[in-house]
Amino acid sequence: MSDVSDESLRLDGNAAAGLLAEIFPFEMTSAHTSCAGCGQTRPIGALLLYGGEMGAILRCPHCNCAQLRIVRARGRYVIDMRGVTLMQIETTTQA
Amino acid sequence: MVAIRPRLAWQRTTVRELIEETPRVRSLVLDAPGWQGHSAGQHLDVRLTAEDGYQAERSYSIASAPVEPHVTITVERLDDGEVSPYLTDELHPGDELELRGPIGGWFTWRPTEGGPLLLVAGGSGIVPLMAMIRQKAALRSPVPVRLLYSSRAYEEIIFREELDRLAAEVGELTVEHTLTRSQPEGWSGYNRRIDRAMLEEFTWAAEERPLTFVCGPTPLVESVATLCVEMGYAPERVKTERFGPTGGAV
Repeated sequence: MSDVSDESLRLDGNAAAGLLAEIFPFEMTSAHTSCAGCGQTRPIGALLLYGGEMGAILRCPHCNCAQLRIVRARGRYVIDMRGVTLMQIETTTQA
Repeated sequence: MVAIRPRLAWQRTTVRELIEETPRVRSLVLDAPGWQGHSAGQHLDVRLTAEDGYQAERSYSIASAPVEPHVTITVERLDDGEVSPYLTDELHPGDELELRGPIGGWFTWRPTEGGPLLLVAGGSGIVPLMAMIRQKAALRSPVPVRLLYSSRAYEEIIFREELDRLAAEVGELTVEHTLTRSQPEGWSGYNRRIDRAMLEEFTWAAEERPLTFVCGPTPLVESVATLCVEMGYAPERVKTERFGPTGGAV
């Protein structure tokens, strides 16, 4: 998947809630990530989503670092999390 | 240990009622027996399957308040859309629909979270905010709510009569419209895109620490969110939901 970042195509991290709920048992748009690019921490719902049929890239709205790349293809999910140094998930939330 | 529920699953629902909101927008009231309840602001996914097995999925915001007995989504017809023309033009009461949800936990509001609330909508971006307004009205929540709603024309205002009625009946609810393309004769509301002067006239001062939800086409959402932060609103209390390029400009 190419690193598209066309500004007209971006959505909020909220819009990845369904995809994330396919993978994680928790409600992930209220989970927080710390960005490997700039160190800022914010909820996944507040990241910028660039998506398509193949998958999604979630970018930091502050430094544009690609925090999470998720590809759904050929019966598997491939998740690249190099842009996240720390992820905090509330266990009280369920997908 | 945390109890883990099964993954988000598709469920079959039946269309109970269809409501024409505007010439391009229709509400679908659904009978969803397995529905687990939702929070105002959440969305759900709809999946259509063609006879040849081809499937298309789209997300739609939930319009009904969590306390209402039936789940309602409100759909705008996008002329080049794969799913919305079917939902707005071809679906009949009694038809079945596959959905999964509710989905999302960031762009949501519960009356116990307080406010004051600033809601800013462009076009069909009103839908998730309407769930919040309906929830406030149903629970008689004292949280003050202000809605600034941008539409192209008077006849394109979604939920117009209900918003008029709620603004008159419900305490601490103020509704203001702006019409960006055409205005009826004698229109006394705003007639331009949302700008800083409009926000400063209508919305809360930063010192009141408003909780803000902005939903609509991407340019409107980004412009309003930027203006709110410039006005001194705390960025983490300005929540956005962009509809993307298919939402059409307002």
